[in-house]
Formats: sequence, C-alpha cells, structure tokens
Amino acid sequence: MSDKTMTADEVVSRLHDGMTLGIGGWGSRRKPMALVRALLRSDVTDLTIVSYGGPDVGMLAAAGRIRKLVAAFVTLDSIPLEPHYRAARERGAFELMEIDEAMFLWGLRAAAHRLPFLPVRAGTGSDVMRINPGLRTVTSPYDDGETFVAMPALRLDAALVHVNRADRLGNGQYLGPDPYFDDLFCEAAESAYVSCERIVDTAELTKAAPPQSLLVKRHTVTGVVEAPDGAHFTSCAPDYGRDEAAQREYATTPWPEFAAWYLGGGAYDRDPE
Amino acid sequence: MTATRSEYCVIACAEAWRDAGEILASPMGQIPSIGARLARLTFSPDLLLTDGEALLIRPDGTPEGWLPYRQHLALAMGGRRHVMMGASQIDRYGNQNISCIGDWARPRRQLLGVRGAPVNTLNHPTSYWVPTHSRRVFVEKVDLVCGVGYDHAAGARFHRIPRVVSDLGVLDFDTPDHSMRLASVHPGVTVEQVREATGFDLAVPDEVPYTREPTAHELELIREVLDPAGARTREVGA
Repeated sequence: MSDKTMTADEVVSRLHDGMTLGIGGWGSRRKPMALVRALLRSDVTDLTIVSYGGPDVGMLAAAGRIRKLVAAFVTLDSIPLEPHYRAARERGAFELMEIDEAMFLWGLRAAAHRLPFLPVRAGTGSDVMRINPGLRTVTSPYDDGETFVAMPALRLDAALVHVNRADRLGNGQYLGPDPYFDDLFCEAAESAYVSCERIVDTAELTKAAPPQSLLVKRHTVTGVVEAPDGAHFTSCAPDYGRDEAAQREYATTPWPEFAAWYLGGGAYDRDPE
Repeated sequence: MTATRSEYCVIACAEAWRDAGEILASPMGQIPSIGARLARLTFSPDLLLTDGEALLIRPDGTPEGWLPYRQHLALAMGGRRHVMMGASQIDRYGNQNISCIGDWARPRRQLLGVRGAPVNTLNHPTSYWVPTHSRRVFVEKVDLVCGVGYDHAAGARFHRIPRVVSDLGVLDFDTPDHSMRLASVHPGVTVEQVREATGFDLAVPDEVPYTREPTAHELELIREVLDPAGARTREVGA
C-alpha cells in the first residue's frame, strides 16, 4: 500500500488557481493552519473557499486569494468578529455565498453521496434565498407536500483538514471532543490532504484511543503531512488549546506586518520544513 | 433581598424554558446561560444543557452526553430544542439579523453571518436576548432576515418565537397579526421607556405587568451557585 506522506509545499504544488477548496475545522478550532500557511506562501489565487470560517478565511481574504467564499459565518470564537474578513467584506473584495450552517452540512453530504442536492428545512422565508438567487426549492412528492430548499452539492476540488494523529496511508484520527465536518470535507473532495500533529504506525492509532476516533478513512485521502502544532494558533484539543495571545496579535496587527512575520520565520511560524 | 435588573433578566430568560420538557436549552450569552441552568435547577428539571462545545452537561458541569456539531444540527432539525439567540437587529414580526448592517452586497458593518438562524427558526422555538434595548436593535425593518419572523414564516409547521427578553422587559408576539407586544417590564422600568427605545410601534396592553420577582431560593441560586463571579452584571449593569 502506498505511502502518502508529503510536505505542505508538495500539497500546495497540487493546487491551482481557480480551484474550489474545502477547509475543515470550525471557527478558530482545528484549522489546518500549516497547510493554509503553505498556501499563503505560494501564488495560488482566485480560489473558491468552502469553510465554517475562522482565521483560514480571514488570512486568505486579507491576502487577496479568494474569488468566492461559501460560508455560514466567519469567527475567531473568543474574538467573535474576524477583523480581516470584516474588512474584506466591507471593501467588497470577493463574492459570497452566505448560507445557513445546516444547508452547508447538507451541501457537503450531497457531494459526498454523489447527489446533485439534498432537501433541507432551512433557508425558506429568510434572506438566504434573496442573496442566493440560484437556490431552488423542491416539494415533497409525499402526502405532506412541504417545500424545502434543494441545497446543491458543495463539490470540492480539494479538501484541507488537520487531525491529531494519522498513519502514512491516510487514516486520520481525532482525539478532541468534536469531529467537526472533516471526514465529510474529505468525502466531498476530488483529493484531500490531511495534516496531523504526529504520524504514527497504523497499529499505534488504536492503542491509545478507541476505533471510533478514526475519523478520516484512507480511501478519501491523497496526501498526509506531519505538521506538529499544525493548527496553531487555533485549538487542537487535547494536544493544545487556542493560543489566545497569538490570536489577539493576529487580530490587531495589520495583515502585511503580521504576514511578513507569520510566513517569514517569526515566532508563530510553525513551518515543519 | 431586592433583585437587581440583571437578576430580573435572568428570571425572564429562565421562564422561556418553563414546561419545556426534555429538550435542549441553547442559550447564547451570559444571562440566558444562567437562566437556562436556573430553570433546570428549579422548575424545568428535565432540560438538556450543553457546555457550548461537544458535551451535554449537568448544572455542575459534569458530562451526561455527547453532542458534536453535526448531532446538534440533527437535534435542532428534530425539534427537541429551544434556542435563545442574540439579535443585532430585530423587527416587529421577529425577523432577526446577525449577518451585516447596511446593504448585504457591500455591508457597512460585517457581522457574524447568518449562522444557524434560518434552520433554527423553521424547526424549533427560537427566542431572543437583547442586553441593550435600543432603536438600533429594535428596528422597523432588519437589513437581512437571518432568523425568520412571523410575516416571513408563511405558516411554517414548526415556527414559533416565544419571547424576546431585553434589559427593559419581555416582549412576545401574542397579537392577532403576531406583531411584537410588550408582555412585561422589569421593575424600575416604565412603559414609556420601552416605547422610547423601540424603533417601531409596539403593541402595548392597557395593563403591563412587571416581570415576576425571583423567589428567595432562586436569588440564592443565582448569586451563590450559578454566578458567584457576577458575569450577569457585565451584560446588564447592576
């Protein structure tokens, strides 16, 4: 069986301008920041980003890499409003498909199940329908006759996620309390890249944790990157919590200044290479 | 013991979950969180509570279940939940906005995003908590409908907005056309004050009662068990 380990730069070398990228995690939690950092060092641009948004979105927006964003929110959790995302939106920097959290989940599920859409009781009556004029509805063919939003599949060219442990084959394990939607991001994508705190032998994975912690399956994974602190400054429970000081600094420093330091070997540059 | 304004707010929030049964209370904000736990410790002992992350917890913080985001969404769509959300803007029919201020295409102020407001309001009771009652929040028309109000719900099967609690009083939609009505004022607040702080014509009954007094036991729970550090006073002064 094939060894899928690669570096973050090798991951990014497989990404192209104009791609649709799904980014796992939630808000400022278990974001694949080492992969996002490698992406920021490249010149890949014109991206459609699909994310339960956190600093991944803020950074890519600040760096001008986003053509279109698909999201239900963007937040840093302990800092409710993401300042770089806000600034980008207020200058009209990119197109936005703003949808409800459940619609987003159904879109990923539809893509993972190779369906064009899934019906969801969300969105009707709200301005989500007005700001997304492409959204269609579907009426139940059964006796209830209820009308639902037909949430289109959110197909991804590539997915980027970060987990606690993985083996070289692409089996990914989460040890924190919430899987978020990382397995679905991988299932919804043509290719998926998983960074992890530590690569271990396959047998090692179930020595320390039960088999249901094996969230990401290798058949959905293209590449595995060992990236200790790879979610920093977002949280990666139980390996580490959110680095609030670093996050505050990110939120209060002008992006070019922060980026020079964050991408150029400063204290928060956790590049494993 | 005399209750303070923030404590009346806690009581008014707690009352949202009275007789709710075995459902998840999802409070957003300090005062609704204290209110939900107070309800569980007193008149709604079957409530489910979360730690705001992936766990269902007892009032002392010990876990009794696992509810990661995707199961939380399933529970919401199953209807066994009553959320109390925030509102950057809310109008007379209960339409709520937390996405942006100004034109959505080029917002004057970008806020959080629609989050789960559309799915919540179509699937289970959704109440709101507004710590600063003002004309900026209680507006004639919200800039973006995130949470669906009665005039947009078109008889949706599971749509219900039981109450809006603010630092001034409790509002509901118990009128023939489901427009917002002043249900009670907190002691120390006048009806005129609420009218003045509301950006649309509020339905006001001839007699507006005061929000009920907490019992001595409830006050003790709030002050000594649930919020000894006084987090409630950071949301609503005193």
